[in-house]
Amino acid sequence: MSFAAKFEAVDILFPGSADRGARGRMTMALAELDAGKTRNDIIGSTGIVVGAADVNLEVEQGEIFVLMGLSGSGKTTVLRALNGLNTISRGRITIRHGDELVDMSNPPPATLRRLRNQAVSMVFQQFALLPWRTVRRNVELGLELRKMKPAEMRASVDQWLDRVGLLQWADKHASELSGGMQQRVGLARALVTNPDILLMDEPFSALDPLIRNKLQDELLQLQRTVQKTIIFVTHDLDEALKIGNRIAIMKDGRVIQVGKPEDIVLRPATDYVAEFVAHMNPLTAIRAASLMRPIGALRAPDGAHHFNDNQDYALHLDNSGQLIALHRDGAAAPFHQPQPGVRCPQGSTGIVTGQHLLKDIVEIRQQTTRPVLVADNGRIVGCIGTTEILDALTQAGRADYRDNTAATN
Amino acid sequence: MTLLTHPETWITDHEIPVGTWSTDFVNFVKNNFQGFFDGLSNVLGFLLDGTTSILHAVPALLLIVIFAALTYVFKKSWRMALFVFLALLFILNQGYWDRTLETISLIVYATLACMAIGVPIGIAAAHRPALYRVLRPVLDMMQTLPTFVYLIPTLVLFGLGSVPGLISAIVFVVPTPIRLTYIGISNVPRPLIEAGQAFGASPTELLWKVEIPAALPTILAGLTQVIMLSLSMVVIAALVGAGGLGEPVVEAMETVQIGKGFTSGLAIVIVAVILDRVFRPSQESTNA
Repeated sequence: MSFAAKFEAVDILFPGSADRGARGRMTMALAELDAGKTRNDIIGSTGIVVGAADVNLEVEQGEIFVLMGLSGSGKTTVLRALNGLNTISRGRITIRHGDELVDMSNPPPATLRRLRNQAVSMVFQQFALLPWRTVRRNVELGLELRKMKPAEMRASVDQWLDRVGLLQWADKHASELSGGMQQRVGLARALVTNPDILLMDEPFSALDPLIRNKLQDELLQLQRTVQKTIIFVTHDLDEALKIGNRIAIMKDGRVIQVGKPEDIVLRPATDYVAEFVAHMNPLTAIRAASLMRPIGALRAPDGAHHFNDNQDYALHLDNSGQLIALHRDGAAAPFHQPQPGVRCPQGSTGIVTGQHLLKDIVEIRQQTTRPVLVADNGRIVGCIGTTEILDALTQAGRADYRDNTAATN
Repeated sequence: MTLLTHPETWITDHEIPVGTWSTDFVNFVKNNFQGFFDGLSNVLGFLLDGTTSILHAVPALLLIVIFAALTYVFKKSWRMALFVFLALLFILNQGYWDRTLETISLIVYATLACMAIGVPIGIAAAHRPALYRVLRPVLDMMQTLPTFVYLIPTLVLFGLGSVPGLISAIVFVVPTPIRLTYIGISNVPRPLIEAGQAFGASPTELLWKVEIPAALPTILAGLTQVIMLSLSMVVIAALVGAGGLGEPVVEAMETVQIGKGFTSGLAIVIVAVILDRVFRPSQESTNA
């Protein structure tokens, strides 16, 4: 996988007032930053705000990369540097636009405009739709700035309006729509330009929780077909864990940990991250692969793997690990692969993938009243019983998951 | 020695020649740029008087019907069209029709000029804070300086007639569209500007596609004010021979004719009410 965007030792400092001494103060602030002074020291002595310091990140093509942190942590600052809404003070930002690598570290205005129009687009927290335009005319913005004629853009604009479910609202004014609908317009406006990178600055924070959840699902659904590189800013860990393929946690302008959601949850790099994780909702954060009891840990006295809390289940696997038969108390027991949106048959053991969330597993467990098996490409790798679910919910057995994850990775 | 014994006398004896300076300045301008001012005066005079003549050429009743019809087209209101029709008939009845036409062409050109000058300056000021810092005291002065003060140099430069009336109206009115455009453009929400930038708008595209549409309600509010303020200048314009509805007011004042003063005043008020109602942006068009 090659990178879509790369930050190398990026510092972003805000000069405050642009008076005559600004340059000197900036040099001083950079020197203080190098000397290891804190943000507060630097603002005290120079008046300059350190937005982000020494940011090194590589965002891969096609992933949803989440920048996560509290307000003032510098996550939005870093995001906005990617399309030049913030200028960087030092370091280098490179993005991939088609086959070319472009230096985005404060490029000349013409290059910046071209890249904003073709390579990087953005979804805003407060939607930022033009209220005097209709929904369709809002979505047209990027193409219109390419000097495309209305007739030429009509097809792609309407296609995107349809994909976000707003085609019948095309001729309404943006201000007539609800918040959730407005943000769908924002998403269509950003995607219609077919950008290489999509920036999303807390896009769902202004929405109420139900709509937020729905839009998160819609975004994930959309991402399965568009496969864009998305950089997503949020202050909500649950959202980060749900949406992100990888997460960078920021604090005081610095990146303190980058990793997959499981890494953040199971191996917090600092106490700060650990404290964050302690407040997350495990239902939407922990996945089957992390909470299962691995197959290697099951008792296998008679060639079959026995599991469940009272060992009443026996798994019969072939040499490649495929499931041949499942027995409960000696009798053959049914099993199936749960489908999204379909209620599981009671009494039949569900077989899930490692990517399923604890939330799904609890639901399957409840519908089937049976333990859940975890498979990886048809090979059974672990099982989840009531004990594992309860441990995950209370996070009491976290040390165990770490060992388990290590064993299965 | 007088400085110590009679300081006031010394001060009054050594008057700073501000008055002489301003006279010299106006004379200097007159002597060196007379051609320019004559040319400008001719062009503006031609436009103003030409427009008035064209309006005169149309039969009064037909023109009244046209005005009422236009009101209906713009406002989609029978009641307002009927009001315009009856009000203009009343003016015709009172014998002020020709004067009303002169006043209308003065207002039209004063408004066009003020918007053409004021909106670009307002935009420039909103984009350049330093320019606005310089501009603000100048605008304050233009609005507070008594009109008669700059009426004199205007007369010297442009002679008698409708042109000095127009110029005085512009000097008095133009700060308003500048200020309102400045306010409108400076208050465009930051996220909208950034949305434009984030999709690759150049500064010019940003101005036309984001800033001006966002500021349009404020700019249009400025337009209404410009029309009303121009109308408020008709009496002063009449003093320098611009004609129009101000003329009977001035005559009535000089000859103490109560009735004439009242009817001509009423005609001005009627024109004001019509212009205000017709040009005030309606609620829907502000939102759109």
